[in-house]
Amino acid sequence: MIMHPGVLALFTGSLLTSAMILYAGWYGVRILRNWDLSSGSELQLALEKRTYLISTLLTYALGFELISLFLFVFTADRLHLLFSGAMCAAGTLNANGFGYPLLILKLVNFLLAGIWLIVNHADNQGYDYPLIRFKYLLLVPLVPWSLLEFSYLFAYFSGLHADVITSCCGSLFSLERPGIAGDLASLPVEPMRLAFFGTLAATLVSGLYSWRSGKGCYPFAVLSLATLLVSLASLVSFICLYIYQLPSHHCPFCILQGEYHYLGYPIYATLLGGALAGMGTGFLHPWRRRGSLSRAIPRLQRRLAATSVLLFAVFLAIASYQMIFSPFRLGR
Amino acid sequence: MNRSLQRHLNILDFALSSLWRRKGKNLALLAVYTLIIFIIASIVFFTQALKREADLVLQDAPDLVVQRMVAGRHDPIPVSYGTGIAAIRGVSEVTPRFWGYYYDPVTGANFTLVASDDQELKPEAISIGSGVARTSRISIGDFLPLKDIKGSPVLFSVQKIFPSSSELVAADLIQLRQEDFQRLFDFPAGRATDLAVSAGNPAELETIAAKIVHDFPDTRPILKSEMIRTYDSVFDWRSGMVLVVLAVAVLSFIIFAWDKATGLSAEEKKEIGILKSIGWETTDVLLLKSWEGIVISLSAFLFGVSLGYLHVFFFSASLFEHALKGWSVLYPEFKLTPVIDPYLICLLFLLSVGPYVAATVVPSWLAATVDPDAAMRS
Amino acid sequence: MIEVIEVSKSFNVGKVNQFDAVSRVSCRIAPGELTILKGPSGSGKTTLMTLIGCMARPSSGRIVLSGIGAGSLFGQQPDAEIEITSLPERFLTGIRRSAFGFIFQQFNLVRGISVLENVMLPAYPTGVNHKVLRERALTLLETFNIARHASSQVGLLSGGEMQRVAIARALINDPSVIIADEPTAHLDSRLSREFMALIEGFKSAGKTVLIASHDPIVFDSPLADQVIEMRDGALIDGSRP
Repeated sequence: MIMHPGVLALFTGSLLTSAMILYAGWYGVRILRNWDLSSGSELQLALEKRTYLISTLLTYALGFELISLFLFVFTADRLHLLFSGAMCAAGTLNANGFGYPLLILKLVNFLLAGIWLIVNHADNQGYDYPLIRFKYLLLVPLVPWSLLEFSYLFAYFSGLHADVITSCCGSLFSLERPGIAGDLASLPVEPMRLAFFGTLAATLVSGLYSWRSGKGCYPFAVLSLATLLVSLASLVSFICLYIYQLPSHHCPFCILQGEYHYLGYPIYATLLGGALAGMGTGFLHPWRRRGSLSRAIPRLQRRLAATSVLLFAVFLAIASYQMIFSPFRLGR
Repeated sequence: MNRSLQRHLNILDFALSSLWRRKGKNLALLAVYTLIIFIIASIVFFTQALKREADLVLQDAPDLVVQRMVAGRHDPIPVSYGTGIAAIRGVSEVTPRFWGYYYDPVTGANFTLVASDDQELKPEAISIGSGVARTSRISIGDFLPLKDIKGSPVLFSVQKIFPSSSELVAADLIQLRQEDFQRLFDFPAGRATDLAVSAGNPAELETIAAKIVHDFPDTRPILKSEMIRTYDSVFDWRSGMVLVVLAVAVLSFIIFAWDKATGLSAEEKKEIGILKSIGWETTDVLLLKSWEGIVISLSAFLFGVSLGYLHVFFFSASLFEHALKGWSVLYPEFKLTPVIDPYLICLLFLLSVGPYVAATVVPSWLAATVDPDAAMRS
Repeated sequence: MIEVIEVSKSFNVGKVNQFDAVSRVSCRIAPGELTILKGPSGSGKTTLMTLIGCMARPSSGRIVLSGIGAGSLFGQQPDAEIEITSLPERFLTGIRRSAFGFIFQQFNLVRGISVLENVMLPAYPTGVNHKVLRERALTLLETFNIARHASSQVGLLSGGEMQRVAIARALINDPSVIIADEPTAHLDSRLSREFMALIEGFKSAGKTVLIASHDPIVFDSPLADQVIEMRDGALIDGSRP
């Protein structure tokens, strides 16, 4: 175990978050089993009070997931000195088998918590708790995921020993390496570029349509998720090359550094935010005709669609700006 | 103005006035909280600054140092090995180095003696670090007596005092000529403390190191990158251990905060009951409580971090430098170079505010869910 | 119109100390009228008022509000009919905030802050601009002739002044229904009569008023349109005029 203050912070934070989510999940199940809105019984009143606690806990958990996503990458970057061969976060994450899965878990938990909060927000607009069952069913998978995240965090950091020879990002994301990171880097640039602009364009058009008409939210939600995945792959495959202006540096983490003007923050913030808002519209769609929500949900969906379109557009602008104005040119 | 923003402003306004109304309790909480953040911040800043200093030391260090090991102990290395090492492909230069430590019984300090090939340095003259000058109360032109191996003092005249941007690096340094060094310690002829090896291409250093061990089995090559790694992990480990010990303090603070938050006075309970009864909703009271928490923890964070910063960089971490630094009494006044690292600030924020938030969330919820009709029943 | 249909409220259900504060009460309160709930302490008057005033939810029965201007919370006409019995707390609070003003027996003013702040307090969560709110509160304080105390602490006021602050606070969100619980319990006869004069003002302004009291100055007042008498959580038969 490496006693870095960053590791301790992540560890404490993850422990607290898991505890909060476990607690929320426990009461979520109780709410699922005993909920009876028509009753004014004391149990029902107590459960209704619990819902406030649960949404507060989830808000904090979401906040922590977001901060810790970046903190994790940053700590990994700080720790690279301890591993000969590691030159940035990518190398540290590769120091044992838990690094990258942990990153993916963090991403998934962030999206899950975000969607839960969107659904919760919609539910609070209705006077008869219209989404209560859906909401707490949605909470259930969050519990094992967050516990898994904590155990992976533990496994990852306790398995880190200084001096482990790891590959640095130069070789990890280089073309010859097998494995998922290498696969992403070796994706052919031209089809990848097509896919990137294609999905983004489709998402923006579909998002605009949903925003104007309030329809087509399922395709938009699916496209938002697709945009997230394709864009992450494209970042590794070719967008980062333009930012680094190096033909072989595929690392998606170094763009968070000051040398690259912290460009990674707006890139990831707009991408994650856009995907979350876009997916939110889809999760709300089945409930748009519920009596008490028939006005609130379409309004919320359009607001989310607008947010998502705006964020994706900013993301697209940043990425294209890099590609057009970078002196670097990708060889064929 | 936006209504929800105005709602936040209104509630923040009331949160501030509530905090102020209970000055005594809240100032006590703030003081304890600030103290804890101050200690954590000091530790984190201090280790980071030490790391930086160590990096500075190592910056000028050779890429590869070759020591000789006899019975597992470091022993002077024959200078003749240098010729063999210089013949290895990729090695551009081999320099024998002469250095050691000298314990000065008068000041109780350990000096680092290094033989210098500086041509301007006269025989029986030395250049010294500012720490040496300060502890021995000498300046240029004065004499510093050093005892030789037989116990008889040799007088060295101070020729130069190093101006040092980073005091930790050169504070305990004494430079002298190589023949003075050998005479003072009766150093065996044809031997050096170690050999510094440099390579044309740094990427080949590991191969060169392997070759050296192969050709001279009694040597131990040490790579600069290994040194940096070792320093880093040692510093991290030390600060980590201290932080773990501190976790106990943090834990007790959490209990304290929990207690403060749950043990609402009858007055406060009544007040929340009144708020609920006149039309505040649970969410509004939760918001009120979280604004109170934000105000307390942010001010404690700002005070604690600024005090820690001042303590480390302007008062030289006087409270616990010995505990963490743990070598030599030489540095009573050394100053660390101030640096602000956003990563550390973010980290400190999480370490200090996170537990507080977690400790107060349930108590505030308990307070906020008082029945609105409770006020009618008192 | 407030319609109470077969409403009960029990505490500690299923335990040995189960206590039915209100059992199967039905009544109607017409808009613009003064209704008095009369009965000894412990008769369930206060509980019934908390149920009507959206402070608590009944264990069973229904309460229907109409014509109180809260329908817009539900995307309907402002005066639409609303069944409040199983609404979540956040909606109950919304209705309460916009439609009801409360005057408590103990005045329930927050100590340590100024009279003005106390009056403004109920409107804070509604997100009204602070300046606008301040003006509104000052106007109310002037109406009740206590503007000179606006910046004093509530602890320094006399009983009558505290009550007028409490009344001003009840009116800050311009409610259509005023609910007062034993408002004259801490007042002498002269102040009690002054209070009833204020109530007359509310009535003429078209507000519905509901008062729980066992003070003859209140329940024998000629202003009362309806007197409902309660005992042991139930209405006494024939109490409705």
